Amino acid sequence: MENIIEVKNLVKKFDGFVAVNNISFNVKEGEIFAFLGPNGAGKTTTIRILTTLLHPSSGELKVNGHSPVSEKFEVRCSFGIVFQDPSLDDELTAYENMELHAVFYGVKEDLRKERIKNLLNLVELWERKDYLVKHFSGGMKRRLEIARGLIHHPKILFLDEPTLGLDPQTRNFLWNYIKEMNKKEKMTVFFTTHYMEEADKIADRIAIIDKGKIIKTGKPDEIKKQTNSSSLEEAFLKLTGHAIREEEASAKDHMRMRRRLWAGGRR
Amino acid sequence: MNSVVYEMWLRQLKRYWRSKARIIGSLAQPILFLVALGFGFGPIFQAAGGGNYIEFLAPGIIAMSILFTAVFNGIEIIWDRQFGFLKETLVAPVSRYKIMLGRTLGGATVATIQGIIVLLISLVIGFTPYNFMMVLVALIFMFLIAILFTAFGTAVASRLEDMQAFQLIMNFVVMPLFFLSGALFPLTSLPGALTIVTKLNPLSYGVDGVRSALTGISHLGVFMDFTVLISISFLMTIIGSYLFSKIEI
Repeated sequence: MENIIEVKNLVKKFDGFVAVNNISFNVKEGEIFAFLGPNGAGKTTTIRILTTLLHPSSGELKVNGHSPVSEKFEVRCSFGIVFQDPSLDDELTAYENMELHAVFYGVKEDLRKERIKNLLNLVELWERKDYLVKHFSGGMKRRLEIARGLIHHPKILFLDEPTLGLDPQTRNFLWNYIKEMNKKEKMTVFFTTHYMEEADKIADRIAIIDKGKIIKTGKPDEIKKQTNSSSLEEAFLKLTGHAIREEEASAKDHMRMRRRLWAGGRR
Repeated sequence: MNSVVYEMWLRQLKRYWRSKARIIGSLAQPILFLVALGFGFGPIFQAAGGGNYIEFLAPGIIAMSILFTAVFNGIEIIWDRQFGFLKETLVAPVSRYKIMLGRTLGGATVATIQGIIVLLISLVIGFTPYNFMMVLVALIFMFLIAILFTAFGTAVASRLEDMQAFQLIMNFVVMPLFFLSGALFPLTSLPGALTIVTKLNPLSYGVDGVRSALTGISHLGVFMDFTVLISISFLMTIIGSYLFSKIEI
């Protein structure tokens, strides 16, 4: 199998603070890859760099054979993404959100209708296609975001904490669906999560990152064996320590909090 | 691929149309200004030889409502890029210039519609344009003001992290722009320093343009108004697009 994501000596500094400190890893085509780490470890920063949203300070990167720095367009065509924070338009309907995405990714009109219908059916939202997204629950929004990320048949799907705040039913539903897409379409999946049992169950391979450095990569079983742990959670704690990470709240966190207040706690 | 510009434009319009509460809410202020200031200062203005104050004030308030709606529309990006749909557009394989252009045109259209509603309200209150054909010229000026300040909002928002900065921009930029634009009082006999400020204020030309089209009275000259406004709108759109294309999240 070929590497679809290659990261070599990636560094990202923000005003002197090193968020990602010289990491290297590869993801093979068709693999489900989990990126695990405590808060502030550099997971989201890495995803943002891979998805062309942030400029790396240094390092060599390849996503689907292209550089996210100099070949943004090619890279952008090749992945779908579900962000940590919502990225739907609340004032549009589910269908309109899907349609806009299809237009952006140049999916032809006849193909568009068919795919949107199929995907909305699969995430069980077809009946609600004409509802404004602002009336959706957190789980429904997540399902819609995943469906949307798949309209253009991406080769890679990035998921940044996709199951945060979802009930077990929805989580189960989402992972089953993603696993199926992975098998059927050979779609590579790159995800982050704080739920270790999720990573253990779903991921083919795992990288554990802490304080901007990758401290372990391997299959879940290998990692458990090497650290003499019965569960991935135990292994994770052994590798990253028990200390709770104190992060300074950024402007984004303040906004996130206010958003929660406004939205009445709906994700 | 120009469908991207169109879809972004359409999206802004749909959002506007669907938030009726916001439309009504944002009309409260201009109505208050028109009624309170219009009827409050009317007699004094008349006594001072300025003529009918509502005639003078209405174009200023129309410009004001466009200014506020436009800036707000642009600045919404701060919010949108972290918790909204904008982030989705930033990873899409389309030119950010098109996204920015569609969004700006959409925001400007919305702001212009808002201005038209205020114009209609001012007709009810007692304002009469001197020539109804010239209302079309006023619309052009209104749209230019809208473009200028939506692009301005976008440019500012592209560089800001937090919504708190919005208050700062409102108090230190937008309010001074409004008060020193000739929207509320004539710019003819101001002290020297203020005259310079008002001449440097792009909104002065917008207000003057709308006013001359609606009432036939111009202070700076319609041609001058148009030239200044279209150049600065163009420039601001370029600056806004550039800063927008550089957004990292």
